[in-house]
Amino acid sequence: MLKPRAPLGQRNALLKMSHVEKTFRGDVVALKDMNLTVNEGDFISLLGPSGCGKSTALRLIAGLMKPTTGRIEWTGGQSAGDLGVVFQEPTLMPWARVQDNVWLPFRLRGKSYSEVKDDVLEALKLVGLEKFQRAFPRELSGGMKMRVSIARALVTKPRLILMDEPFAALDEITRHKLNQDLLALREAIGCTVIFVTHSVFESVFLSDRIVVMAARPGRVIRELEVDAPYPRTEEFRTSAEYAAHCRNASDALHEAMGEPA
Amino acid sequence: MTLADTAPAPHVDAEELAQARREKLMKIARWFLPSLVLVLAILAWHLYVTIGEVPHYILPGPVLIAQKMVEDWSILWPAILITGRLTILALIMAVIGGVTLAVAFTQSKWIEMSFFPYAVILQVTPVVAVAPLIKIYVDSAFMSALLCAWIVAFFPILSNTTIGLKSADHNLEDLYSIYGASRWQKLRYLYAPTALPFFLGGLKIAGGLALIGAVVAEFVIGRSGTGLGLASTLLEASYRFNFGRLFAALILISLMGVVIFAIMSTISYLALHKWHESAIKRER
Repeated sequence: MLKPRAPLGQRNALLKMSHVEKTFRGDVVALKDMNLTVNEGDFISLLGPSGCGKSTALRLIAGLMKPTTGRIEWTGGQSAGDLGVVFQEPTLMPWARVQDNVWLPFRLRGKSYSEVKDDVLEALKLVGLEKFQRAFPRELSGGMKMRVSIARALVTKPRLILMDEPFAALDEITRHKLNQDLLALREAIGCTVIFVTHSVFESVFLSDRIVVMAARPGRVIRELEVDAPYPRTEEFRTSAEYAAHCRNASDALHEAMGEPA
Repeated sequence: MTLADTAPAPHVDAEELAQARREKLMKIARWFLPSLVLVLAILAWHLYVTIGEVPHYILPGPVLIAQKMVEDWSILWPAILITGRLTILALIMAVIGGVTLAVAFTQSKWIEMSFFPYAVILQVTPVVAVAPLIKIYVDSAFMSALLCAWIVAFFPILSNTTIGLKSADHNLEDLYSIYGASRWQKLRYLYAPTALPFFLGGLKIAGGLALIGAVVAEFVIGRSGTGLGLASTLLEASYRFNFGRLFAALILISLMGVVIFAIMSTISYLALHKWHESAIKRER
C-alpha cells in the first residue's frame, strides 16, 4: 500500500459514478445526475448545505442503497474489505473493548482475533491508541472514540474510506488535531478518502479535490482543486494560499445556496 | 520553620474530607437503619401481643412464629423446596420462551404480526382466572402450577427483549451491512449484546412475577389438599387457625422473593458493570 501518490490528473480511476440519481417516494430527488470519478489517492471532500445529497451519495457508494438510475462501478470490481466507513458518531459497540471494536470488520469475515491481531494493533498504533486496546469505549474521550472508529475503518487496509462528517461533533481543538492526524495517516498508508463536510475550512485543509453540492434537488455544481502539497501543517491554515482556496470554496458554496457571493 | 511545616500537605481539602466522612456514615446507615427499624418493629409487636394479651389466633407474637418456624421446619422445608423449584423452573421456561419468541418476532415481521396480539392477551388475562381451567386440563398439580407461573413470568422477558433487539444503533447496523455480516452474525454480535440490558431488566421483573405466579397457582390449584409448596401450606394453616405457621410461611415467601431479587440483581451487575451506563458509578 505504501506507494507515492501520483499528482492530480495522473491517477488511476478507482470508482466511477455515472449519471447516478436517487429519488425517494417517487418525487423527492435526493441526488440528481451525479458524475464523479474517484481516483486512487484522492482526498475528495463533498461540501454543501444540508439536503444537498452528500450523505446520500456516500450511502450509495457504500452500497447501503441502490441508485434509482445510473451506475457506480469499481475498477476491477469491489471485494470484501475494500471499503472503510467512519460515521459522524464514533459508532462503537459499548460492550466490546477497543481491540474487539477494531477487530469487527475481520470478525465478520470469519477471521479469529489471533489471526489478525497484528493488523488490529497496527491500526491502533496508527491512531495513537495502542495503549488503550483493552479499554472500553466509555473510558475514552470523544476524540479518542473517533480515533478508534478510524482505526476500525483502516484495519482492513481498504482501497476507499468514506467519512460522513466525522469530526462535526468534536470541539475545535480536537477537530484540528484529528484533521492533521488524518492527513498524516493518509500519507502513511496512502488510502483514498471521500469526506463529507459542511465546513469550508475543513474541506480546504484536508482535500485535494472539493466537490461542491447544492440542495433541492441534491446535485454537484462545481469541482475545485486544492493543489497545495501534502503534508499540510498548521502553518498551511494561516497561509495566503489557504485563504484564497477558502474564498473560492466559500464562493462556490454561496452559489450552491443560491445567494450572492 | 518546623519539620511539620515542610511536610507535604495532603492533597485532600476540607470539603473532600467532609464528603468522605459523609459517605462512610451513609454506608453504615444503609445497613444499620433498616436493621434498627426491624428490631424495633419486632419489639413493639412482641410488647403489643404480650402486654395486650392478644390471643395467638388473632395475632401470633414473634416468639411464637419463631417457635413454629423451628417446630414445623420438617413441613416448611419441603414446601420451600417445592415453591422454589416451581419458581425457578417457571423462570427458566420464561427465559427460554420469552427470548425465543422475541428473536422470532424480530427476525420475522410476519411472525410478530401473527402472534404478538396473543402474547398480549395471555398477559392481560389474570392468571387467577385461568388457573382453574389449567387445573382441569393438566393432571399434575405441579405441572399446572408451573404453567401458571410461566404465563405470568414470560411476558416481561418477551417484551423487554423484543424492544432490546430492536434498539441497535442504526449506524452500527449499516456498518455490519457494509462489512457483509450475515443475519446470524448481526443477531449474535450486534442485536444480542444490545438487548442484554433490556433482557436483564425483564429478568428482574420476571423473577418476582414467577414467585407471585407460583403463589397464586398454589392457592388456586393446591387448595384441594394436594399439598404443594409454601403458599398452600400458608392457606392450609389459615384453615386450621394455625397462625404461627401461617406467618412463618409468609415470612419465608417474602425471604424467597428477596433472595430471587438479589440473585437477579447480581447477575445483572456481573453482566453489565464493565460497560453499561446503568451499572457504572459516576465520579463526582
